[in-house]
Amino acid sequence: MNPLIKIFISLVITAVIILGISIPTVHGAQGFFQFPFIPGLEEKARNIFFHVPMAWTSVLAFFMALYYGIQYLRTKNQDYDLRSVSSAGLGLMFCILATVTGSIWAKFNWGSFWNWDPRETSIFILLLIYGAYFVLRSAVEDDEKRATLSSVYSIMAGVTVPFFIFVMPRIMSGLHPGSLGDEQGKGPVLELKMSPNMLAIFFVSLIGFTMLYYWMYSLRIRTARVEKQLQTIE
Amino acid sequence: MFVVTTLSMVMFSLGSNTVPYEILSGMLWIVIFFSAMSGLSRTFVTEEERGTSLTLRLLTKAANVYIGKLIYNTVLITSLSVFIALLYQLVIDDFQIQTQSIFWMTILLGSIGLAAASTILAAIIAKANTKGTLFPVLAFPILLPLLLECIKTTVLAVEGAFFVEAIKDFQILISFIIVMIAASLMVFEFVWND
Amino acid sequence: MKKMTLKSDYVTKAYSRKTIFRDVSFSVNEGSAFAITGKNGSGKSTLIKILCGLLTPTKGSVLLSVNEKTITPENYYPHIGLVSPYLNLYEEFTGEENLLLIKKIRGLNSGSDARINELLNEFNIYDHRKKEVRFYSSGMKQRLKYCAALLHKPVILYLDEPSANLDEMGIGIVRDAMNSEPATR
Repeated sequence: MNPLIKIFISLVITAVIILGISIPTVHGAQGFFQFPFIPGLEEKARNIFFHVPMAWTSVLAFFMALYYGIQYLRTKNQDYDLRSVSSAGLGLMFCILATVTGSIWAKFNWGSFWNWDPRETSIFILLLIYGAYFVLRSAVEDDEKRATLSSVYSIMAGVTVPFFIFVMPRIMSGLHPGSLGDEQGKGPVLELKMSPNMLAIFFVSLIGFTMLYYWMYSLRIRTARVEKQLQTIE
Repeated sequence: MFVVTTLSMVMFSLGSNTVPYEILSGMLWIVIFFSAMSGLSRTFVTEEERGTSLTLRLLTKAANVYIGKLIYNTVLITSLSVFIALLYQLVIDDFQIQTQSIFWMTILLGSIGLAAASTILAAIIAKANTKGTLFPVLAFPILLPLLLECIKTTVLAVEGAFFVEAIKDFQILISFIIVMIAASLMVFEFVWND
Repeated sequence: MKKMTLKSDYVTKAYSRKTIFRDVSFSVNEGSAFAITGKNGSGKSTLIKILCGLLTPTKGSVLLSVNEKTITPENYYPHIGLVSPYLNLYEEFTGEENLLLIKKIRGLNSGSDARINELLNEFNIYDHRKKEVRFYSSGMKQRLKYCAALLHKPVILYLDEPSANLDEMGIGIVRDAMNSEPATR
């Protein structure tokens, strides 16, 4: 990858971290260097710049893993399996990060680290699915078999996802911003309650994290290919 | 035997305490889940162990094998959960079903759903090295929406809700079953012909 | 007799790092016998699995055509029969039940009941048809496998380790049967 892009990604993430943390939250905010006061979120709204992009990247990575899994089944080309597993690994990492940031935020907003809110339950299940995915991979030795079985499993797990979206909110009321139980309505992200400067930082962060994912993904896929080559030489 | 062991464990842990019916409904499905897991995980492992899976592959198409196994599992799990449900009502006094129609519909749809999702997973683990322990790990995330829905309608049945109140939940259960079977039919061939 | 061609074009099989064999090519027509010889572990069984469509070759292709129609590997099963050590029958059923089960799974018509008895007689296990397979001697099991493989009158019959577990009399029975059954192997 072009070194300029790498420097650019680093700058973007650094800028998001500095701006996201340092800009003060005030009532009646004006100008770029003040955040408005969002009821129900207050100072803790800063988490939007980190938690939401992490969750987004994680979901993106899982979809890429699922896509490459299907491609593998169609073509039986081992390279697709490498891509699938590289992406799933990153997805799991971002998923853990999103869980941790969300959990810390929940401690200060809702009073405890874990409340079995629908979102928390969904991300927990996402962790379970990909935990199971890697356990399954470790239980199969033959390369072809491992690739086939894990692709099939991720497809089966993938088709249950819509049920979580429909089933979860019906079973428990939500605390998460944007869920049905949230008195403030749709939440800061969907309803665009953020001020223009918050929005700008949020979207820059979203782009930054997506690019970071792509960078890490291309690194992983290249090392995986080299490792594969080394194996065949031995 | 597994059913009796788990049920008596549930009863010992309850003792003479009165337990809310929500928890009792959840426990019923925990008993069904684990009893079903121990039976379902063997679906394809037995074929691999006896060396008959290759024989089957030379006899017929993959889809036929899947449908056969699915029907067998459905019958097995349905009779198992009907047995558990009867026994559970018999031994646990606090668990009184008000709306029988919702309860038995839940048992039926829940059993079919368990069989539908587990058959393909059983085919996956038959090809893996660590067979026994892997199955619940793989099955739990996929079966969770089904189990949550079943627990919810069981609570409705205990509360004495009208059948119409549960129709939306039954629709979700039925669509879960259809999606699972359709997806399994598409991918089964890849697992089977490996 | 149905017309049949089996062609193997530069078939190569490799498991992750190890190549089992490479560029195996031959062609067989109906009514003929073809033998594959080689040392233990040289991949004879693997090659037969590929020819049966149970495994996919790493490179190359297998072409099976019956009556000048090309058959895809998923649809080999009505046309081929296989006798092999790793192809087992259901031990808890009797010999006759196994054959009836295979008949049902294959969806053969009821006329094949006579065929089952004919095969059981031919392979000299008719007297043991009501006995569970787990009580069979290994030679009897091997002969029952021949019945199972020939039940649907395949156009091509693969024999992997054809004389495994058979004594001289058993080999004689199989040889006679092979001469009378119109199939290619």
